[in-house]
Amino acid sequence: MTEATASDLDELELDALTELVNLGVSRAAFSLREMIQQQVHLSVPSVELIGRMKAIEILGKSEISKLVAVHQVFEGDITGRALLIFPETRSLELVRAVTSSELSLEDIIELEQEALAETGNIVLNGCLATMANNLQRTLKISLPEILRGDSHSLFNLEPPPHAGDVVLFVYINFSIHERDIQGYIALLMDMPSLAALKVLLREFIQRATGAAPAQDA
Amino acid sequence: MGYKILVVDDSKLARMAVAKALAALHPDWTRVEAANADEAIAVLKQSKPDVAVLDFNMPGRDGLDLAAELRAMVPNMPVAVISANHQQEVVDRARAIGATFLVKPLTEPALQEFLAGAVAQLKAAGA
Repeated sequence: MTEATASDLDELELDALTELVNLGVSRAAFSLREMIQQQVHLSVPSVELIGRMKAIEILGKSEISKLVAVHQVFEGDITGRALLIFPETRSLELVRAVTSSELSLEDIIELEQEALAETGNIVLNGCLATMANNLQRTLKISLPEILRGDSHSLFNLEPPPHAGDVVLFVYINFSIHERDIQGYIALLMDMPSLAALKVLLREFIQRATGAAPAQDA
Repeated sequence: MGYKILVVDDSKLARMAVAKALAALHPDWTRVEAANADEAIAVLKQSKPDVAVLDFNMPGRDGLDLAAELRAMVPNMPVAVISANHQQEVVDRARAIGATFLVKPLTEPALQEFLAGAVAQLKAAGA
């Protein structure tokens, strides 16, 4: 196995990673659609290797200053964090969408924290589990945590120990037109994971394209 | 004689995966590829494929928009749209256009079933 310093992904590996994220987010959107009974529209994912500060800057570009995020850390062969992010003003609408429209405002407010955590958990787990299954590895996923604040404070999370300054940054927009809800899913993967990821992606490519002898249907 | 299939996906890996399944099922078929809707229309005009397999989530026009265009240009061409996004609205739209919806990652049996139907349809149309 090569060292992390030589682990820049080549074109096909980046393609495979984008496809993998696409599979994961599509599954997650399907789960969310089942919860709210309304279509969830997704953008094409963007996958980039950039500096941690640059990632925070992109995440912070939103004109909306007050944001809510459901945040989960994943650990295993690859380590990083997954975030489901949307404007705080639409948070109650999302809760309403996943619960019942008949609930009173008091009930909705009371349920907010729990409903957001559960929604984030289903969406982010759906995405991460699909990715892990396709890579044939297990990821340990932390419990969801709700973060609130302006974009800078929200994303200026402490990097894990040994994490470098460069992160693999994956970003997808989602929207629910009928509810006027828009947000995004972001994955930040730490540099030390990249060498491991590269190996996993090569195996994934082999399975998908038939270069390897065995193929699961 | 084998047929000619058009494979459209912005992911090279996904196109390779379709190529692998196709090689196992119909080694005598010819494959032409495109990475987006505009390229697909150009390839369609130039190569005149018999069957098309399209990715749904692509930059620019998505696979369902492209499927509708292809169906308008070549009404008898069997078209499949592939996506991991199997939300009911997406599946319904595919059906309304007259395209088959296939779940990603694509499996050989799923592609086989679509292609068997496509061959029957092409034979009936005298292609």
